[in-house]
Amino acid sequence: MSQYILRRLLIAIPSLLGISLILFIVLALAPGDPFSELATNPNVPPEVREALRAKFGLDDPIYLRYVHWLVAMVHGDWGFSFVSRMNVDTLILQRLSTTLYVIGSAQLLALMIAIPVGVYAATRPYSIFDQVANTLAFIGFSLPTFFTGILFILIFSVKLDWLPFVYSTDIKATGIHWIGEQIRQTIMPVMVLGLFQAASMTRFVRSAMLDVIRLDYVTTARAKGIGQRRVIIKHVMRNAMIPVVTLIALQVPAVFGGAIVTEQIFRIPGIGSLLISSILANDTPVVMAVTFVFACLVVLFNLIADVLYGWLDPRISLR
Amino acid sequence: MAGLTLASRSAERRTYSPLRETWRRYRRHKLAVVSAVLLLVLVAAVVLGPFLWRVGINEIDFTARLEGPSLAHPLGTDDLGQDILARMISGGRISLAVGLAAMVVSVLVGTLIGALAGMSRGALGHFLMWLTDLFLALPQLPLLLLLIYLFRDELKAAFGPEGGIFILIVVVIGGLRWMPVARLVRAQFLSLREKEFVEAARALGASRARQVIRHILPNALGPVIIAGTIDVAAAIIAESTLSFLGLGFPPDTPTWGRLLFDAKDYLDIAAHWALFPGAAIFIAVVAVNFIGDGLRDALDARRVI
Repeated sequence: MSQYILRRLLIAIPSLLGISLILFIVLALAPGDPFSELATNPNVPPEVREALRAKFGLDDPIYLRYVHWLVAMVHGDWGFSFVSRMNVDTLILQRLSTTLYVIGSAQLLALMIAIPVGVYAATRPYSIFDQVANTLAFIGFSLPTFFTGILFILIFSVKLDWLPFVYSTDIKATGIHWIGEQIRQTIMPVMVLGLFQAASMTRFVRSAMLDVIRLDYVTTARAKGIGQRRVIIKHVMRNAMIPVVTLIALQVPAVFGGAIVTEQIFRIPGIGSLLISSILANDTPVVMAVTFVFACLVVLFNLIADVLYGWLDPRISLR
Repeated sequence: MAGLTLASRSAERRTYSPLRETWRRYRRHKLAVVSAVLLLVLVAAVVLGPFLWRVGINEIDFTARLEGPSLAHPLGTDDLGQDILARMISGGRISLAVGLAAMVVSVLVGTLIGALAGMSRGALGHFLMWLTDLFLALPQLPLLLLLIYLFRDELKAAFGPEGGIFILIVVVIGGLRWMPVARLVRAQFLSLREKEFVEAARALGASRARQVIRHILPNALGPVIIAGTIDVAAAIIAESTLSFLGLGFPPDTPTWGRLLFDAKDYLDIAAHWALFPGAAIFIAVVAVNFIGDGLRDALDARRVI
């Protein structure tokens, strides 16, 4: 097992390097000077600009620039945001937890919907329930998050006035009220993101269950007289959920896309809205760093899924 | 003897041309048929709309600001009194065109890479699949935003504000969505190239290019068509997302996503402004997805329906 984890780690490193190379090439190919903003900014003296150019080695050959950039990123030297006037890594660390909190809750909600619905639909394929669930799932992942977000605001904030539509970091309350408000303001973003995820996950769960439910060992279990409930939960689900882990990991990039949109709609101060505001403010170091963080998170979640996969299905780790 | 004729009669099925057979299977999927009709209506509306609804998209009328649907403005007006129907017709052309063009890019790139990976037996195939996996692990939306952020000004200068952004968005969306197509094509190629009919062609002296173009590719097209259909939906969503974030087309190009972006600050007083373009995006996307689902049933020859 530990050998398997090590192997996965060794596979993750080249893909991280590959991603960083792609990001760097994109930046290097981009027309214009990424620091041209500084040239026109009266608050930045020319000697600082020259120092920055030297520090980032903008006049070096490209492979040297890549190595320098990579070494700096690994050391946690991610540059300085001239818009927010602080180091990029502190800026991102401040906001990362909010993003992970919203995404995590949304994934949890999605799992809580997708697993029961998918399992129940698979036990009765082509029944009314299955068809309704399937159609709803189809509609669910055809509804873009920005439109559901707007619909939710329209219904729950404007018409019913139940929930706040702006996420605030300094809630004027303490103790139990603070927790209540915190939950109230996360309901809508988490619902928007979670329902979108649940739609595609339900389909994964259903098809994975259908693949397993026809296998011989399930028939054997039934023939031994084990009840339907026990067969489904103990025998079918345990094996059907294994491929679902990988499929969920493959969805992670899409989750981040949804998170950026959701954060923007509800004005959640996470790294997604940081990315948008930095792009609008031409804050290149932050834009690069946030994109890189997203890429690292994707690789990390894929790694976790691989390790989980090996743990759930020991045959994989022996290969 | 009698039994034999009976068997041969039941075995004898009327044969249709491939296109007709596909249509026969497609028809069974009721929602897919409804979706195809819906999409045709939508396409007809944006193509023919400007000839029937002759209101300019930039006609400002401050006496009719943020009005709800009425006879003069069937879908209401925005904060400058511009007609939303006219703007949606004009924006829909761009939204749908981006979807189609980005699909073409992703299918071409994906088919090329998948075919190369499927035909090569050496390092090239491994490298291309590694590249595909790498691209699958890229965070799409952040990268899309990054690329647009870095390149929009140059392309705007080169091809004009609309043309530049159009090319950029199509290339970037298409260039980030070829991976599923490449995987499908490769998988198809790997199994097809070992089939007897390809071997027969090889034995008859068909060149590699002829084997691929004449024998393998046509048989691998089914999944590609399905993936391409779904790519149209994904590209429409991607374009709308960019415009919704304020980073897509310029403000005077009212794509559906851009209309939503402009409308989102007036939700309490002019909900119609956001609802109509949002509904248009949803209808287009859900229709395309259902059509893809119908094609999946129709093009899979092994599936009996």
